[in-house]
Amino acid sequence: MVDVTLRDLGEYVQAALPDAVLEMTMDNDELCLIVERERIARILKFLRDDVNCQFKQLMDVCGADYPEREERFEVVYNLLSLTHNRRIRVKLAASPETPVPTVTEVFSSANWWERETWDMYGIFFRDHPDLRRILSDYGFQGHPLRKDFPLTGYVEVRYDDEVKRVVYEPVKLPQDFRTFDFLSPWEGIQEQLPGDEKAKEQP
Amino acid sequence: MPETEIKNYTLNFGPQHPSAHGVLRLVLEMDGEVIDRADPHVGLLHRGTEKLIEYKTYLQAVPYFDRLDYVSPQNQEHAFAIAVEKLLGLDVPLRGQYLRVLYAEIGRVLNHVFTVCAFAMDVGAMTPMLWGFEERERLMEFCERVSGARMHMNYFRPGGVTMDMPAGLADDIWAWSESFPKFIDDIEELLTENRIFKQRSVDIGAITAEQAFDWGFSGPNLRACGVPWDLRKAQPYDCYADLDFDIPVGKHGDCYDRYLVRMYELRESWKLIRECLKKMPPGPVKVDDRKIAPPPRAEMKHSMEALIHHFKLYTEGYHVPAGETYSVVEAPKGEFGVYLVSDGTNRPYRCKIRAPGFAHLQAMNLLCRGHMLADVVSVLGSLDIVFGEVDR
Repeated sequence: MVDVTLRDLGEYVQAALPDAVLEMTMDNDELCLIVERERIARILKFLRDDVNCQFKQLMDVCGADYPEREERFEVVYNLLSLTHNRRIRVKLAASPETPVPTVTEVFSSANWWERETWDMYGIFFRDHPDLRRILSDYGFQGHPLRKDFPLTGYVEVRYDDEVKRVVYEPVKLPQDFRTFDFLSPWEGIQEQLPGDEKAKEQP
Repeated sequence: MPETEIKNYTLNFGPQHPSAHGVLRLVLEMDGEVIDRADPHVGLLHRGTEKLIEYKTYLQAVPYFDRLDYVSPQNQEHAFAIAVEKLLGLDVPLRGQYLRVLYAEIGRVLNHVFTVCAFAMDVGAMTPMLWGFEERERLMEFCERVSGARMHMNYFRPGGVTMDMPAGLADDIWAWSESFPKFIDDIEELLTENRIFKQRSVDIGAITAEQAFDWGFSGPNLRACGVPWDLRKAQPYDCYADLDFDIPVGKHGDCYDRYLVRMYELRESWKLIRECLKKMPPGPVKVDDRKIAPPPRAEMKHSMEALIHHFKLYTEGYHVPAGETYSVVEAPKGEFGVYLVSDGTNRPYRCKIRAPGFAHLQAMNLLCRGHMLADVVSVLGSLDIVFGEVDR
């Protein structure tokens, strides 16, 4: 079942803001707009106030990391309209060097989510009123949800009896973190077995 | 008259204070007894759930959801199961859906009983806590009988539930449901018209519907502002569309209304539990697809194919087609969402957990400003914050 009205809505937004919306996708019956980074506050304001949109609630802001891309981060905004009972997802691309304009002026709830995204990914939000770390420890270094940050981290803490306080030390693992490659084919023999592509080559 | 300079002073509330509900550190700027600014410091219980999930298979990720909001674990699993099912394109068999709704509602009762009683204790009433935990213990026994664990059930799986109910459990839940309205009446008798309780909660931390939208409120806290919004009705998942229940709404959006909405929801959950038990159809409880759901034990004893499937499912796990989804459930605390990105492998590429408590706690400054110090406890208790899900 494809929701026709949702696609219409996407086209409507695209027509209303042609310079800001770069692309529209429908994935699993969910509408997603990929937008221009600098215009995000304007787009969210339009989505909130326009009579056909009425996305009055910003439910979530989060980051995602794709290191192979030129602009490696994605910032994802999930909005909800109670009036029309619809959801929309707005995405934009960013890199560690490019600040993203804050949307705290449009939705107050964006404040902590942007702080979290900054904490976890190091995506900088320009003009944010209070861009401190939120979930990690006071004085923490690095951005833990980046794909190049190891799962085990770099430091560990313990209580030191001599100095009578908690101390930070480089992480020591008695056994290396094990990761397995499970990308082998489960569904039996593929059309071409690995290594067979060399068979036809002349030695 | 000589000028005297009065300086606001800063007060640290928590993280060890019992009414900080776990590990909240609240930095309060006080003007005498009145709060000027509240700055919650969260993250003391941060365990990196989202990072850990990226390194686990889809099946191994399920137990992490129990440990988010540990007061109602099954509702979180529900959100993750629905997200994975959406990416895989699975339809859960009807009995599986009913079992999930039954246990999701038991989770809601577990949560609301805890919240209401903890709120009452925060504002000075000791008895509801003792009575409430007795009732919670009964419900957790039902959880244990179906999954083996009292709290961290790990029962809802993508594609259905782990296993069917044991014989006799449905009758025992029914027998419990006969006595439950009496318990709600008892609690209401202690609190609803209680003079002290009302003085501590009426007109405290009031919020309008517009403010609630702006701050991303959901669940009972949003309904207490008079917004009839419930995801079980508005965007029904599993078999909620076939069930009959009402949505209570408040009027003033203060602590007292939030309490009243929760009490009414307990009665509605009670109705839903009974309805589920009555309508529960026979049949399978998980999808009949050996690539997703493991084969039954008995089959593995004689079928080579079943043994291979079992081995592959518990080592490699299943591969989920590339795509992304934001799936939500109406958890007892509000909208619990999972933003799941799959890259076609056996592990989630990104799993963002949208916890309702995070948004609610964010509004502490707005709710507490201008109130007395003692009201902070009241506001915090009525918002229903659990740090497992806020800090993740």
